[in-house]
Amino acid sequence: MTSVEPSYTKVFLTFARNSLVRDMTFRTNFALQCVSSIGWTAMNVGFYLILFQHTKTIGQDSGWDEPKFFLFIATTWFINSIVQAFFMPNAEEFSELIRTGGLDFALLKPIDTQFLVSFRRIDWSALSNFFAGMLIAAVSLYQLATREVDPMVPSALSLILYVIFLGCGVAMMYSLMICLSATSIWLGRNQTLYNFWFYITNFSRYPMEMYNRGWGTPMYGFFTFVIPVLLVVNVPARLIAKPISPRTNEEWMLIAWALVATVLSLLASRWVFRRALLSYRSASS
Amino acid sequence: MLFSVIATAPPRFGLRQRLSLWRTILATALGERLVYRGDFALGTLMRFLPIITQIFLWYAVFDSIGEAEGEDAASIGGFGFREIVAYYLLTMIARAFSSMPGLASGIAKEIREGEIKRYLIQPVDLIGFLLLTRIAHKLAYYAVATLPFALVFYLCRGYFVSGWPSPSIVIAFIGSLVMGFLIGFFLEAAIGMIGFWFLEVSSLLFVYMLFSFFLSGHMFPLSMLPPGIETFVNFLPFKYLAYFPAAVFLGKVPEDELPIEMAIEAAWLAFFIIVCRVAYARGVRRYSGFGG
Repeated sequence: MTSVEPSYTKVFLTFARNSLVRDMTFRTNFALQCVSSIGWTAMNVGFYLILFQHTKTIGQDSGWDEPKFFLFIATTWFINSIVQAFFMPNAEEFSELIRTGGLDFALLKPIDTQFLVSFRRIDWSALSNFFAGMLIAAVSLYQLATREVDPMVPSALSLILYVIFLGCGVAMMYSLMICLSATSIWLGRNQTLYNFWFYITNFSRYPMEMYNRGWGTPMYGFFTFVIPVLLVVNVPARLIAKPISPRTNEEWMLIAWALVATVLSLLASRWVFRRALLSYRSASS
Repeated sequence: MLFSVIATAPPRFGLRQRLSLWRTILATALGERLVYRGDFALGTLMRFLPIITQIFLWYAVFDSIGEAEGEDAASIGGFGFREIVAYYLLTMIARAFSSMPGLASGIAKEIREGEIKRYLIQPVDLIGFLLLTRIAHKLAYYAVATLPFALVFYLCRGYFVSGWPSPSIVIAFIGSLVMGFLIGFFLEAAIGMIGFWFLEVSSLLFVYMLFSFFLSGHMFPLSMLPPGIETFVNFLPFKYLAYFPAAVFLGKVPEDELPIEMAIEAAWLAFFIIVCRVAYARGVRRYSGFGG
C-alpha cells in the first residue's frame, strides 16, 4: 500500500467551505449570532468606558490609559474571536466524538488525528468579533496618533511583531484548549470544559502587572510560567501599545519567554493529545 | 408522572390536595438536583472564580485614582474598593434569585409546538404551575448551593467593611430578594407570552438578556453610570434583578428612602403580574382563534 500524504491546506479549505455552506444554510441564525456577539462586545466596551469616566489609568503608573487599554481589549478580541471561530466548535465536537465513540472513525482517516479534530468545523459568525476588534483598534490607534500629549504611532517593526505574537497567543490558547478537551478521554465527558475554559482565560483579559501584588503574586507566576495564559494577550498588546517606554529588560525577557512558551505549549498539547489517544484505544478495546 | 398528578386532580383543589401536589413538585425538583450534588456544588464554587479578576481590576482602578484602602480611601459612585467586591458577591445572590434560565423560551416553545393546549383543556393554570416549579427549583438550588456560598462569603468576610447590617435592613434585603425573584419570573413569563403573537422570540429574548445584564447592575454598580443615564436606568425595573438587593444590604439606599423604594419595587411586581396575566388571557384567545 502506498501512503499518499494528504494536502493539509486543501483539506483545511474544504473544511472551511463546508462550514461556510452550513452556516449560510441558516442565514437568519447566522446573522443573529453575529449580532449577539457584537452586542456582547458593545456591553463590554460600555463597561470600560464607564470605568474610564472615573479613572485615567488601570493601575498606578502602569501606563494603561484609555486608548492603550482599548488596544489591549482589541487584542483580546482578536485572539478570542479566532479561538472561538476555529477551535471552540472543534473542542466541543471532540468531547462529543469521545462520548459517542465517533473518534474511531477519525482515527481511521489517513490524516493526522489532531489536525482532523482541531479544524473540522469553523464557526464563521464568531469572526464578527474580529471586526469589532479592528474597529476598536482603529479608533484607539487614531486617538493615540492624534492626541496632543505624547502622540504615538506604532512602527512597522512593532506591527510585524504584533501580528507574530498574536499568532503565538492563538497557539497558546489552542494548546490549552486541546489539553482541556483531551481530558474528556479520561473523564468520559467533560461538561465543565467550557466553564473551566472561561474561568482560566478570564485572567488573560487584563494587564498582567495588575495581579502582581499580595496573594496575587503566586497566581501571577503560575499563569505566566506554568499555564502561560497571561502572555497570550499581554505580550502582543504591550508590543503595540507600549504602556511603558523605553522598554525595560524585563519586558524583553517576557517577549522571549512568550516565544519559548508557545513552542513548549504546542509540544505539550501534542504530547497530551497522544497520551489521551493511547488511553482511548486501550479503553475501548 | 408529575403531570398526571395534576391532570387527575379535581377541578377545585382542596387545601389538602394542593399541599400534597406542592410536596410532589418539590420532592421531584429536589431529587433532580440532588443526583449530581457534588458536581453541582463544585460548579457553584467555580462560578465565583471570575470575582478574583474583578478584585484585582478594581484594586488597580482605585489604586490609580487614590488610596485603594485605608483612612481616606477613594470611592466611585459611593462604593469603595472593598464594598465593590462585597457588591459583586451580593449580586451573585441576587442573580441566583432573579435569573430564570429557559423560562421565556420554554413558554414560547410550548406555544409554538401546541403543548400549551393542555393547560387550556385541563384545570391547571399555566402561570401558577410554572411559578410553583420555579419555586421548587430555587429551593432545591439553595439546598445544595448554600454551602459553597457560605464558604465563599466566609473567606471574603473582610470585604464587608461594615459587618452585618441592622435587622430591619436584613428584612428589607430578604424582601427585595423575594420580590426580585417574582419580578424576574413575571417579566420573563410576559416575554414568553409574546410567543402567541410572534412564533420566534429568541432574538427578542436576546435583546432583553443583553440589556438586563448591563442595566441590572451585574457588571458594575449602577451608581457609577453618568448622572443623566443613571436617573433613567433607575426608572427601569432591571435594577431589582441585581443592583437593588445588593445596594440595600450595603446600606447604599438611605434608610428613610427604603420604604418608598420597596414600594416602587412592589409596584413593578404588580405591574408585571398584570402584564403577564393580560398577555396570557389575550394570547389564549388569539391562540384558539387559529388553533381550533
